[in-house]
Amino acid sequence: MEYSVPQDFGTVKKVKRATENAVKVFLWTSAVMITGAVAILLLFLLKKGAPGLSLKLVFGDADPLRALFLQERVFNGIFPAIVGSFLVVFLSVTWAIPLGVLTGIYMAEYGNGHLKKILDFSFDLLASVPSIVIGLFGLTLAIFLHRNFSQRLYPCLLISSFSLAILIIPYIVRTTQLSIEEVSVSTKLAGLSLGASKIQNLLYVIMPASVKGILSGVVLAMGRAAEDTAVIMLTGVVATAGIPNSLLSKFEALPFYIYYISSQYSDQAELVTGFAAAIILLTVCGTLFSFAHVLKNVLVGKDNGF
Amino acid sequence: MKQRKLEQATKGVFALSTVVTGSLAVLIFFFLFYFSMPLITSGHLGEFFSSRWDPDAHAFGIYPMIMGTVYIAMLATLLAAPLGISLAIFMEVIAPPLLSRFLRTLVEFMAGIPTVVYGFAALFLLVPLVRNIFEQGSGLCILTALLVLALLIIPTVTMISQDRLKNVPETYILAAKSLGASDVETLFYLYLPHTWKGILSAVVLGAGRAVGDTMIALMVAGNAVQIPSSLIDSARTLTSHIALVTAADYESKSFKAIFICGLILFIFSAWNILFLRILGRLKR
Repeated sequence: MEYSVPQDFGTVKKVKRATENAVKVFLWTSAVMITGAVAILLLFLLKKGAPGLSLKLVFGDADPLRALFLQERVFNGIFPAIVGSFLVVFLSVTWAIPLGVLTGIYMAEYGNGHLKKILDFSFDLLASVPSIVIGLFGLTLAIFLHRNFSQRLYPCLLISSFSLAILIIPYIVRTTQLSIEEVSVSTKLAGLSLGASKIQNLLYVIMPASVKGILSGVVLAMGRAAEDTAVIMLTGVVATAGIPNSLLSKFEALPFYIYYISSQYSDQAELVTGFAAAIILLTVCGTLFSFAHVLKNVLVGKDNGF
Repeated sequence: MKQRKLEQATKGVFALSTVVTGSLAVLIFFFLFYFSMPLITSGHLGEFFSSRWDPDAHAFGIYPMIMGTVYIAMLATLLAAPLGISLAIFMEVIAPPLLSRFLRTLVEFMAGIPTVVYGFAALFLLVPLVRNIFEQGSGLCILTALLVLALLIIPTVTMISQDRLKNVPETYILAAKSLGASDVETLFYLYLPHTWKGILSAVVLGAGRAVGDTMIALMVAGNAVQIPSSLIDSARTLTSHIALVTAADYESKSFKAIFICGLILFIFSAWNILFLRILGRLKR
């Protein structure tokens, strides 16, 4: 955008106007193209999947109420996949929250110097390691444990939830650390100056002030765990397993069901269940991610008040 | 005295958790390294980088998968970068506030679309389309994969770029405007010089996601083991190669070759993070 010395000012103005317009057209086009692509994707999913959305999709021929209370097995519905997904997400969050939040507190309140820099790098790295590599790690862990500790150990719900926990821990650490660091210095000092000990200050002043931020991290982590397919497909998910009856059993999961249907469907009806399952998973994950962002925005807005 | 002990104990708990979580990345690296160690020390490491993968003929080259990853991820990034950055600029610089808010919500929603759903939709919408347009092949190809992958990484590029653009001080913008600068001039003389590093790191993070994604390439790239020579060639990425492992024998060479793939992906991630660090330290 360097202009030469203006000799004919009118031409320069025209060229300038033309460049400006070209840039604006390009920006508008990008926005329209991206919005359009997402709209087409959503409409396509809805058109194909909506007819399949019914109680029958979830429970098959079983009685919904009896299936819900696990009195009747569901054979041709996605109920086991939904339960499996719920369980594996619930378990992974159970492992990841305490570790992640405690680490986040350490990073924000105690960490300093070289150690903190190394840890920073380690969490950034963990967050960027491809999920399939984490899945591969889970698989080798299962093989390792199987050989050295118990012959009964195979890839299973427990291994999957461990691996997913590794996948989401960096998110929880980071959001915890950030939300604590974002609490204003005056708030932090106020508690201490009133005679609170460091731990009291943490529990009664800092944590309540940063709980929304931490929650947004947890919700985001749940979304990541629920949508991930690569980790679980190496660590214990299968196409048919029913409701898992122990931590050491194989399990079904919604994302894997969608992947499985895409390659193994035998007729149109089965394909429709794949589309319907995709709509359900999309709704769950979309809601979780959007909710996480709402929480984060509330947090950012609030901190200006201090 | 008791208070002091409590303080020490809680700090100990925090530190212990940090040791556990902080060593996870090292642990993963160690496992990958340990399992590929026999290959590295065997002196035949070179044969794993040959271009032929055929376990029946004892050929375990992963070079085609490396090239598959490079092509698909690079082209997806080249497509997503201009689109994603433009969307960020559009939202921050020229869009009316209401439209900008709507687009931000849309992008945040996009970030939540599961990759398996992208893959599924593309398989039944884009793949037939590509097949019909080019009238050859199955439609499962690099082109299909890169288009979907671009859509996957656009939220990463856009959200980070927009956050950086937001950091340009309001006073600078007002100063530029009061000197008579138009939106586009403000963009080129103020926003971009001020934020290019942040925008570049957004692109690098996007590229990292493109390399690391499994499901899209697995579902729509066709997974053929070959060095792709055109956009409508089928290809297999390192990630899908790991996903496709069905070795029943964990001692087999084809299973061990998987760990080389894992190691390459891990080292790439580390390199990426290091690059972002160095970029962050550079002076403008």
